[in-house]
Amino acid sequence: MTELLRLDGVACIRGDRLVFEGLSLALGRGEALWLRGPNGAGKSSLIRLAAGLLRPAAGTVTRRERIALIDEAAALDTELPLRKALDFWARVDTVDGPAVTRAMDDMALASLAEVPVSMLSTGQRKRAAMARVIASCAPIWLLDEPANGMDDAAQARLVAGIAKHRANGGAVLLASHFALGISDLAEIDMGAFA
Amino acid sequence: MTALIALFWRDLRRAWGSGALWLPVVFFLLVATAFPFAVGPDAPLLARTGGGMMWVAALLAALLPIDRLVRPDREAGVLDQLAVRGFADEAVAAVKIAAHAIGFGLPLLVALLPAAALLAQDSTRVQTLATGLAVAIPALASLAVLSAALTANLKGGSAIGGLLVLPLAVPMLIFGAGMLDPSGRGAMKLLGAASLLLTVIGPFAAGAALRGLRE
Repeated sequence: MTELLRLDGVACIRGDRLVFEGLSLALGRGEALWLRGPNGAGKSSLIRLAAGLLRPAAGTVTRRERIALIDEAAALDTELPLRKALDFWARVDTVDGPAVTRAMDDMALASLAEVPVSMLSTGQRKRAAMARVIASCAPIWLLDEPANGMDDAAQARLVAGIAKHRANGGAVLLASHFALGISDLAEIDMGAFA
Repeated sequence: MTALIALFWRDLRRAWGSGALWLPVVFFLLVATAFPFAVGPDAPLLARTGGGMMWVAALLAALLPIDRLVRPDREAGVLDQLAVRGFADEAVAAVKIAAHAIGFGLPLLVALLPAAALLAQDSTRVQTLATGLAVAIPALASLAVLSAALTANLKGGSAIGGLLVLPLAVPMLIFGAGMLDPSGRGAMKLLGAASLLLTVIGPFAAGAALRGLRE
Protein backbone atom coordinates (compact mmCIF):
# COMPACT_ATOMS: atom_id res chain seq x y z
CA MET A 1 0.00 0.00 0.00
CA THR A 2 1.32 3.45 -0.93
CA GLU A 3 2.35 5.43 2.10
CA LEU A 4 1.18 9.02 2.06
CA LEU A 5 2.46 10.10 5.45
CA ARG A 6 5.17 8.65 7.66
CA LEU A 7 6.56 9.74 11.02
CA ASP A 8 9.64 7.96 12.33
CA GLY A 9 10.66 8.26 15.96
CA VAL A 10 9.49 11.84 16.30
CA ALA A 11 9.78 13.81 19.51
CA CYS A 12 8.11 17.10 20.34
CA ILE A 13 9.26 19.69 22.86
CA ARG A 14 7.09 22.74 23.59
CA GLY A 15 8.80 25.33 25.74
CA ASP A 16 10.90 23.26 28.13
CA ARG A 17 8.44 20.35 28.26
CA LEU A 18 8.88 17.08 26.41
CA VAL A 19 5.39 16.42 25.07
CA PHE A 20 6.12 13.03 23.48
CA GLU A 21 9.01 11.06 22.05
CA GLY A 22 9.70 7.93 20.05
CA LEU A 23 6.45 8.13 18.14
CA SER A 24 6.20 6.48 14.73
CA LEU A 25 3.24 6.05 12.42
CA ALA A 26 2.47 5.48 8.77
CA LEU A 27 -0.67 6.29 6.82
CA GLY A 28 -1.48 4.69 3.50
CA ARG A 29 -4.23 5.30 0.98
CA GLY A 30 -7.66 4.64 2.41
CA GLU A 31 -6.38 4.52 5.98
CA ALA A 32 -7.43 6.53 8.98
CA LEU A 33 -5.70 6.86 12.33
CA TRP A 34 -7.24 8.19 15.51
CA LEU A 35 -4.98 10.03 17.97
CA ARG A 36 -6.55 9.76 21.38
CA GLY A 37 -5.49 10.87 24.81
CA PRO A 38 -6.24 13.41 27.54
CA ASN A 39 -5.78 17.15 27.23
CA GLY A 40 -2.12 18.06 26.86
CA ALA A 41 -1.12 14.61 25.60
CA GLY A 42 0.19 16.16 22.39
CA LYS A 43 -2.55 15.37 19.87
CA SER A 44 -2.59 18.86 18.39
CA SER A 45 1.20 19.08 18.50
CA LEU A 46 1.44 15.84 16.53
CA ILE A 47 -1.01 17.17 13.96
CA ARG A 48 1.12 20.32 13.59
CA LEU A 49 4.27 18.22 13.30
CA ALA A 50 2.66 16.15 10.57
CA ALA A 51 1.54 19.36 8.82
CA GLY A 52 5.07 20.75 8.89
CA LEU A 53 4.08 23.65 11.12
CA LEU A 54 6.35 22.43 13.91
CA ARG A 55 9.80 20.94 13.57
CA PRO A 56 10.32 17.66 15.40
CA ALA A 57 12.96 17.73 18.14
CA ALA A 58 13.97 14.27 16.90
CA GLY A 59 12.90 11.91 14.14
CA THR A 60 11.64 12.53 10.62
CA VAL A 61 8.34 13.41 8.97
CA THR A 62 7.75 12.36 5.35
CA ARG A 63 4.78 13.67 3.35
CA ARG A 64 4.26 12.31 -0.15
CA GLU A 65 1.13 14.23 -1.05
CA ARG A 66 -0.62 17.52 -0.45
CA ILE A 67 -2.13 18.17 2.96
CA ALA A 68 -5.35 19.74 4.18
CA LEU A 69 -5.59 20.84 7.80
CA ILE A 70 -8.35 21.65 10.26
CA ASP A 71 -7.39 23.15 13.59
CA GLU A 72 -9.04 25.56 15.99
CA ALA A 73 -8.92 28.44 13.46
CA ALA A 74 -11.26 28.31 10.46
CA ALA A 75 -8.93 30.48 8.32
CA LEU A 76 -11.89 32.04 6.52
CA ASP A 77 -12.18 35.80 5.98
CA THR A 78 -14.91 36.81 8.38
CA GLU A 79 -16.08 39.84 6.39
CA LEU A 80 -16.80 37.76 3.27
CA PRO A 81 -19.87 35.67 2.42
CA LEU A 82 -19.07 32.02 3.05
CA ARG A 83 -18.95 31.07 -0.64
CA LYS A 84 -16.45 33.83 -1.45
CA ALA A 85 -14.33 32.94 1.57
CA LEU A 86 -14.16 29.33 0.35
CA ASP A 87 -13.52 30.47 -3.24
CA PHE A 88 -10.34 32.21 -2.08
CA TRP A 89 -8.88 28.93 -0.85
CA ALA A 90 -10.07 27.20 -4.02
CA ARG A 91 -8.00 29.70 -6.02
CA VAL A 92 -5.02 29.12 -3.74
CA ASP A 93 -5.45 25.35 -4.15
CA THR A 94 -6.08 25.83 -7.89
CA VAL A 95 -9.25 23.77 -7.79
CA ASP A 96 -12.38 24.67 -9.75
CA GLY A 97 -15.62 26.20 -8.54
CA PRO A 98 -17.67 22.99 -8.77
CA ALA A 99 -15.34 21.40 -6.19
CA VAL A 100 -16.37 24.13 -3.74
CA THR A 101 -20.04 23.64 -4.59
CA ARG A 102 -19.77 19.89 -4.00
CA ALA A 103 -17.93 20.41 -0.71
CA MET A 104 -20.58 22.87 0.48
CA ASP A 105 -23.29 20.40 -0.46
CA ASP A 106 -21.47 17.63 1.42
CA MET A 107 -21.48 19.77 4.57
CA ALA A 108 -25.02 21.15 4.02
CA LEU A 109 -23.78 24.71 3.63
CA ALA A 110 -25.52 25.68 0.38
CA SER A 111 -28.14 27.74 2.19
CA LEU A 112 -25.41 29.70 4.00
CA ALA A 113 -23.43 30.62 0.86
CA GLU A 114 -24.29 34.31 1.04
CA VAL A 115 -24.04 34.63 4.83
CA PRO A 116 -20.91 36.47 6.07
CA VAL A 117 -18.54 34.15 7.91
CA SER A 118 -18.70 36.47 10.93
CA MET A 119 -22.40 35.60 11.30
CA LEU A 120 -21.86 31.83 11.38
CA SER A 121 -22.08 29.84 14.60
CA THR A 122 -19.15 27.81 15.94
CA GLY A 123 -20.56 24.59 14.49
CA GLN A 124 -21.25 26.21 11.14
CA ARG A 125 -17.69 27.53 10.97
CA LYS A 126 -16.38 24.03 11.68
CA ARG A 127 -18.53 22.74 8.82
CA ALA A 128 -17.18 25.53 6.64
CA ALA A 129 -13.61 24.60 7.57
CA MET A 130 -14.43 21.00 6.69
CA ALA A 131 -15.80 22.16 3.34
CA ARG A 132 -12.48 23.96 2.77
CA VAL A 133 -10.67 20.68 3.43
CA ILE A 134 -12.94 18.68 1.12
CA ALA A 135 -12.71 21.27 -1.67
CA SER A 136 -8.90 21.30 -1.51
CA CYS A 137 -8.81 17.76 -2.98
CA ALA A 138 -5.69 17.12 -0.86
CA PRO A 139 -5.07 13.39 -0.34
CA ILE A 140 -3.94 13.75 3.30
CA TRP A 141 -6.38 15.18 5.82
CA LEU A 142 -5.11 16.29 9.21
CA LEU A 143 -8.14 16.90 11.41
CA ASP A 144 -7.67 18.40 14.87
CA GLU A 145 -10.92 18.14 16.83
CA PRO A 146 -13.01 18.57 13.68
CA ALA A 147 -16.30 17.82 15.45
CA ASN A 148 -16.00 20.56 18.09
CA GLY A 149 -19.23 22.53 18.16
CA MET A 150 -20.97 20.31 15.63
CA ASP A 151 -24.44 18.92 16.24
CA ASP A 152 -25.30 15.26 15.55
CA ALA A 153 -26.37 15.89 11.94
CA ALA A 154 -23.16 17.78 11.17
CA GLN A 155 -21.08 15.03 12.79
CA ALA A 156 -22.81 12.46 10.60
CA ARG A 157 -21.86 14.53 7.53
CA LEU A 158 -18.28 14.79 8.81
CA VAL A 159 -18.11 11.00 9.22
CA ALA A 160 -19.62 10.50 5.75
CA GLY A 161 -17.05 12.92 4.33
CA ILE A 162 -14.20 11.00 5.93
CA ALA A 163 -15.56 7.69 4.61
CA LYS A 164 -15.89 9.12 1.09
CA HIS A 165 -12.35 10.51 1.22
CA ARG A 166 -10.95 7.15 2.29
CA ALA A 167 -12.96 5.36 -0.39
CA ASN A 168 -11.33 7.70 -2.93
CA GLY A 169 -7.86 6.75 -1.71
CA GLY A 170 -7.28 9.52 0.80
CA ALA A 171 -5.78 9.22 4.27
CA VAL A 172 -6.97 10.80 7.52
CA LEU A 173 -5.12 11.58 10.73
CA LEU A 174 -7.74 12.44 13.32
CA ALA A 175 -7.06 14.02 16.71
CA SER A 176 -10.18 13.82 18.83
CA HIS A 177 -11.49 12.97 22.26
CA PHE A 178 -13.79 10.39 20.72
CA ALA A 179 -13.77 8.23 17.61
CA LEU A 180 -16.78 9.98 16.01
CA GLY A 181 -18.48 6.59 15.75
CA ILE A 182 -16.12 5.42 13.02
CA SER A 183 -15.67 1.69 13.55
CA ASP A 184 -12.60 0.80 11.46
CA LEU A 185 -10.15 3.31 12.92
CA ALA A 186 -6.61 2.39 13.88
CA GLU A 187 -5.65 4.30 16.99
CA ILE A 188 -2.68 5.63 18.91
CA ASP A 189 -2.83 6.44 22.59
CA MET A 190 -0.73 9.58 22.90
CA GLY A 191 -0.39 9.00 26.64
CA ALA A 192 1.95 6.07 25.91
CA PHE A 193 4.59 8.37 24.42
CA ALA A 194 4.73 11.03 27.10
CA MET B 1 1.92 31.79 -9.02
CA THR B 2 -1.88 31.85 -9.38
CA ALA B 3 -2.15 31.27 -5.65
CA LEU B 4 0.18 34.14 -4.80
CA ILE B 5 -1.78 36.45 -7.11
CA ALA B 6 -4.97 35.36 -5.32
CA LEU B 7 -3.29 36.20 -2.00
CA PHE B 8 -2.19 39.60 -3.34
CA TRP B 9 -5.72 40.55 -4.42
CA ARG B 10 -7.12 39.31 -1.13
CA ASP B 11 -4.72 41.48 0.87
CA LEU B 12 -5.47 44.47 -1.34
CA ARG B 13 -9.22 43.92 -1.00
CA ARG B 14 -8.91 43.66 2.77
CA ALA B 15 -6.78 46.82 2.91
CA TRP B 16 -9.20 48.84 0.83
CA GLY B 17 -12.32 47.25 2.23
CA SER B 18 -11.58 47.36 5.94
CA GLY B 19 -10.83 51.06 6.20
CA ALA B 20 -7.14 50.36 6.72
CA LEU B 21 -6.51 52.24 3.48
CA TRP B 22 -8.04 55.47 4.68
CA LEU B 23 -6.27 55.58 8.02
CA PRO B 24 -2.77 56.38 6.65
CA VAL B 25 -4.13 58.72 3.98
CA VAL B 26 -6.29 60.64 6.45
CA PHE B 27 -3.34 60.79 8.85
CA PHE B 28 -1.12 62.16 6.07
CA LEU B 29 -3.66 64.84 5.18
CA LEU B 30 -4.28 65.72 8.82
CA VAL B 31 -0.58 66.38 9.34
CA ALA B 32 -0.49 68.53 6.22
CA THR B 33 -3.54 70.41 7.49
CA ALA B 34 -2.29 70.87 11.04
CA PHE B 35 1.27 71.89 10.17
CA PRO B 36 0.40 75.38 8.81
CA PHE B 37 -1.56 76.09 12.00
CA ALA B 38 1.52 75.30 14.06
CA VAL B 39 3.99 77.20 11.88
CA GLY B 40 1.81 80.15 11.02
CA PRO B 41 0.71 81.68 7.70
CA ASP B 42 4.23 82.18 6.41
CA ALA B 43 4.18 80.80 2.86
CA PRO B 44 7.96 80.88 2.24
CA LEU B 45 8.57 79.07 5.56
CA LEU B 46 5.89 76.48 4.76
CA ALA B 47 7.34 75.96 1.31
CA ARG B 48 10.81 75.42 2.78
CA THR B 49 9.80 73.06 5.61
CA GLY B 50 6.64 71.43 4.21
CA GLY B 51 8.47 68.93 2.00
CA GLY B 52 10.38 67.43 4.91
CA MET B 53 7.20 67.34 6.98
CA MET B 54 5.46 65.37 4.24
CA TRP B 55 8.28 62.84 4.25
CA VAL B 56 7.90 62.35 8.01
CA ALA B 57 4.12 62.07 7.64
CA ALA B 58 4.47 59.53 4.81
CA LEU B 59 6.81 57.37 6.87
CA LEU B 60 4.52 57.38 9.90
CA ALA B 61 1.49 56.79 7.67
CA ALA B 62 3.11 53.65 6.26
CA LEU B 63 3.61 52.29 9.77
CA LEU B 64 0.09 53.10 11.01
CA PRO B 65 -1.68 49.94 9.79
CA ILE B 66 0.96 47.58 11.20
CA ASP B 67 -1.63 45.89 13.43
CA ARG B 68 -3.69 44.83 10.41
CA LEU B 69 -0.92 43.50 8.18
CA VAL B 70 0.01 40.19 9.85
CA ARG B 71 -1.72 39.74 13.20
CA PRO B 72 -5.26 39.05 11.86
CA ASP B 73 -3.92 36.39 9.47
CA ARG B 74 -1.93 34.75 12.25
CA GLU B 75 -4.94 34.66 14.58
CA ALA B 76 -7.31 33.41 11.87
CA GLY B 77 -4.94 30.57 10.92
CA VAL B 78 -4.40 31.90 7.39
CA LEU B 79 -0.61 31.90 7.73
CA ASP B 80 -0.68 28.28 8.93
CA GLN B 81 -2.88 27.27 6.00
CA LEU B 82 -0.47 28.90 3.55
CA ALA B 83 2.50 27.16 5.19
CA VAL B 84 0.72 23.81 5.03
CA ARG B 85 0.29 24.36 1.30
CA GLY B 86 4.02 24.72 0.94
CA PHE B 87 4.26 28.47 0.36
CA ALA B 88 7.59 29.86 1.49
CA ASP B 89 7.23 32.43 4.25
CA GLU B 90 9.41 34.74 2.18
CA ALA B 91 6.97 34.53 -0.74
CA VAL B 92 4.03 35.27 1.57
CA ALA B 93 5.95 38.23 3.01
CA ALA B 94 6.79 39.51 -0.49
CA VAL B 95 3.11 39.37 -1.47
CA LYS B 96 2.11 41.22 1.69
CA ILE B 97 4.74 43.88 0.98
CA ALA B 98 3.53 44.31 -2.60
CA ALA B 99 -0.10 44.55 -1.49
CA HIS B 100 0.75 47.08 1.23
CA ALA B 101 2.87 49.14 -1.18
CA ILE B 102 -0.01 49.37 -3.65
CA GLY B 103 -2.68 49.55 -0.94
CA PHE B 104 -1.32 52.59 0.84
CA GLY B 105 1.19 53.89 -1.72
CA LEU B 106 -1.18 54.78 -4.54
CA PRO B 107 -3.66 56.68 -2.36
CA LEU B 108 -0.74 58.41 -0.64
CA LEU B 109 0.56 59.69 -3.97
CA VAL B 110 -2.92 61.00 -4.77
CA ALA B 111 -3.17 62.64 -1.33
CA LEU B 112 0.17 64.29 -1.98
CA LEU B 113 -1.50 66.84 -4.27
CA PRO B 114 -3.87 68.44 -1.72
CA ALA B 115 -1.21 68.11 0.98
CA ALA B 116 1.30 69.93 -1.23
CA ALA B 117 -1.21 72.68 -1.87
CA LEU B 118 -1.75 73.13 1.86
CA LEU B 119 2.00 73.39 2.40
CA ALA B 120 2.64 75.87 -0.40
CA GLN B 121 4.76 73.51 -2.51
CA ASP B 122 5.34 74.58 -6.11
CA SER B 123 4.97 72.19 -9.04
CA THR B 124 8.69 71.39 -9.21
CA ARG B 125 8.79 70.38 -5.55
CA VAL B 126 5.58 68.37 -5.94
CA GLN B 127 7.15 66.44 -8.81
CA THR B 128 10.29 65.83 -6.76
CA LEU B 129 8.22 64.72 -3.76
CA ALA B 130 6.09 62.39 -5.89
CA THR B 131 9.17 60.83 -7.49
CA GLY B 132 10.90 60.39 -4.14
CA LEU B 133 7.85 58.87 -2.47
CA ALA B 134 7.24 56.54 -5.41
CA VAL B 135 10.81 55.29 -5.06
CA ALA B 136 10.54 54.95 -1.26
CA ILE B 137 7.08 53.37 -0.99
CA PRO B 138 8.22 49.75 -1.59
CA ALA B 139 10.83 50.15 1.14
CA LEU B 140 8.34 51.74 3.53
CA ALA B 141 5.94 48.85 2.87
CA SER B 142 8.77 46.41 3.43
CA LEU B 143 9.59 47.96 6.80
CA ALA B 144 5.91 47.98 7.78
CA VAL B 145 5.42 44.28 7.01
CA LEU B 146 8.69 43.38 8.76
CA SER B 147 7.59 45.31 11.79
CA ALA B 148 4.14 43.70 11.69
CA ALA B 149 5.64 40.22 11.51
CA LEU B 150 8.09 40.89 14.34
CA THR B 151 5.39 42.16 16.67
CA ALA B 152 2.37 40.01 15.70
CA ASN B 153 2.67 38.05 18.94
CA LEU B 154 3.00 41.11 21.16
CA LYS B 155 0.31 43.20 22.78
CA GLY B 156 0.64 46.82 21.68
CA GLY B 157 2.82 45.56 18.87
CA SER B 158 2.28 48.49 16.54
CA ALA B 159 3.87 50.97 18.95
CA ILE B 160 6.87 48.72 19.51
CA GLY B 161 7.03 48.01 15.79
CA GLY B 162 7.25 51.68 15.00
CA LEU B 163 10.16 52.09 17.37
CA LEU B 164 11.89 49.07 15.83
CA VAL B 165 11.80 50.16 12.22
CA LEU B 166 11.97 53.94 12.52
CA PRO B 167 15.78 53.98 12.69
CA LEU B 168 15.95 51.87 9.52
CA ALA B 169 13.82 54.43 7.70
CA VAL B 170 15.97 57.42 8.67
CA PRO B 171 18.30 57.14 5.61
CA MET B 172 15.28 57.37 3.32
CA LEU B 173 14.07 60.43 5.20
CA ILE B 174 17.47 62.09 4.82
CA PHE B 175 17.85 61.29 1.12
CA GLY B 176 14.18 61.91 0.31
CA ALA B 177 14.16 65.32 1.94
CA GLY B 178 17.62 65.93 0.45
CA MET B 179 16.11 65.64 -3.04
CA LEU B 180 14.18 68.83 -2.33
CA ASP B 181 17.41 70.77 -1.83
CA PRO B 182 18.60 72.18 -5.19
CA SER B 183 22.16 71.23 -4.26
CA GLY B 184 21.24 67.64 -3.35
CA ARG B 185 21.61 66.10 -6.78
CA GLY B 186 22.97 62.78 -5.57
CA ALA B 187 20.13 62.30 -3.07
CA MET B 188 17.88 60.61 -5.63
CA LYS B 189 20.45 57.90 -6.33
CA LEU B 190 21.11 57.35 -2.63
CA LEU B 191 17.37 57.18 -1.95
CA GLY B 192 17.01 54.62 -4.72
CA ALA B 193 19.87 52.58 -3.30
CA ALA B 194 18.48 52.66 0.25
CA SER B 195 14.99 51.79 -1.00
CA LEU B 196 16.27 48.93 -3.15
CA LEU B 197 18.27 47.50 -0.27
CA LEU B 198 15.33 47.56 2.14
CA THR B 199 12.92 46.25 -0.48
CA VAL B 200 15.18 43.29 -1.28
CA ILE B 201 15.99 42.45 2.34
CA GLY B 202 12.39 42.95 3.51
CA PRO B 203 10.80 39.70 2.27
CA PHE B 204 13.61 37.57 3.72
CA ALA B 205 13.61 39.32 7.10
CA ALA B 206 9.81 39.37 7.30
CA GLY B 207 9.67 35.73 6.11
CA ALA B 208 11.98 34.70 8.93
CA ALA B 209 9.77 36.60 11.38
CA LEU B 210 6.66 34.85 10.03
CA ARG B 211 8.38 31.49 10.50
CA GLY B 212 9.21 32.47 14.06
CA LEU B 213 5.52 33.05 14.79
CA ARG B 214 4.86 29.31 14.43
CA GLU B 215 7.48 28.17 16.91
